[in-house]
Amino acid sequence: MIVADRKSLNEILDMVKNYNKILVVGCKGCVTVCNVGGLKEVQVLAASLKIGRKKEERPLEVDEKILERQCDPEYIEQLKDVVDNYDAVVSMACGVGPQFLSEAYPNQKFFPAVNTTFYGGAVSHGIWEERCAGCGSCIIHYFDGLCPIARCSKSLLNGTCGGSDRGKCEISKDVDCIWDKIVKKKIAQGRLDDLLPITPAKDWRTARDGGPRKARREELIQNG
Amino acid sequence: MSDSFEPQIIAFCCKYCAYAAADLAGSMRLSYPSNVKITQVPCTGRVDIVHLLRAFENGADGVYVAGCMEGDCHFVSGNLKARKRVEYVKKTLAELGIEPERVEMYNLSSAMGPRFAEIANEMTARIKKLGPSPLNNKKAA
Repeated sequence: MIVADRKSLNEILDMVKNYNKILVVGCKGCVTVCNVGGLKEVQVLAASLKIGRKKEERPLEVDEKILERQCDPEYIEQLKDVVDNYDAVVSMACGVGPQFLSEAYPNQKFFPAVNTTFYGGAVSHGIWEERCAGCGSCIIHYFDGLCPIARCSKSLLNGTCGGSDRGKCEISKDVDCIWDKIVKKKIAQGRLDDLLPITPAKDWRTARDGGPRKARREELIQNG
Repeated sequence: MSDSFEPQIIAFCCKYCAYAAADLAGSMRLSYPSNVKITQVPCTGRVDIVHLLRAFENGADGVYVAGCMEGDCHFVSGNLKARKRVEYVKKTLAELGIEPERVEMYNLSSAMGPRFAEIANEMTARIKKLGPSPLNNKKAA
């Protein structure tokens, strides 16, 4: 899933400081699963913003809404009857949400309530870790399912580097050295020789380096 | 702050421990401040962050959650979850420039009637010292 972190209340309060009636819109997709922008988080943010503004004696009217997803036009469309009733709209979805909303409703002002951080999963309750960098050409099969692009601080393809220290990366004791894990897994499976060939430099054109990306599936496209 | 300030305090009390302790305090004829308004919950694990925030939003000067002793929760870990939520609300209040001491977590057993009254007194004294919630400034003026 896409993992996000909520922005600080002060940052969000600052975004909406000139408005008196706003809508907070959550998303039932990834940000619900990572407990950042689901129904509960929408309620908590709305209550917090109202408290913050009530304290300033400038009450803020906040309505709450949640969409199935904010990355599909058919759900975005569900706001069409209400979106103009507000001075501004705060989206709790990943960065896709406020952009889809902005594109659909060009007269309204949209603000992001979260920082979109990475593609990852919950390793335990309340702890998420990055697993994928969305590089556009997956190579994890060469490394026993462990991605050196997303999980090595330098995205090295021929590790480890000199910064690997007892299984940890030199950038932080909280970061595992993924190359240490790859090598250990290869040894455990008796396939260390797999790592003898030099992996050539990666073609990054499929990643962000090739500019904004687009996927097109002819068999799914309707009406030409 | 004037001496006449009578805070509104909301207490979320677990049915098995704190609420039973409140009953016991009553049976024992122990008096505690009438500022404390009790909301019974089946378990403090039911108390969500948004319940605590909405209590403040709607005019509470102080809010506390009273659950079973740690390790004795009827539903195993509801009181531990409640404690973490109270901590979250403390941080939220601090971020908004409101004293985090206005929200607190307490643990007591159903046999602790006197402790229930003590907590109610303690919280009322604490909030009286802090004065009205900054959200209620207008009301106080």
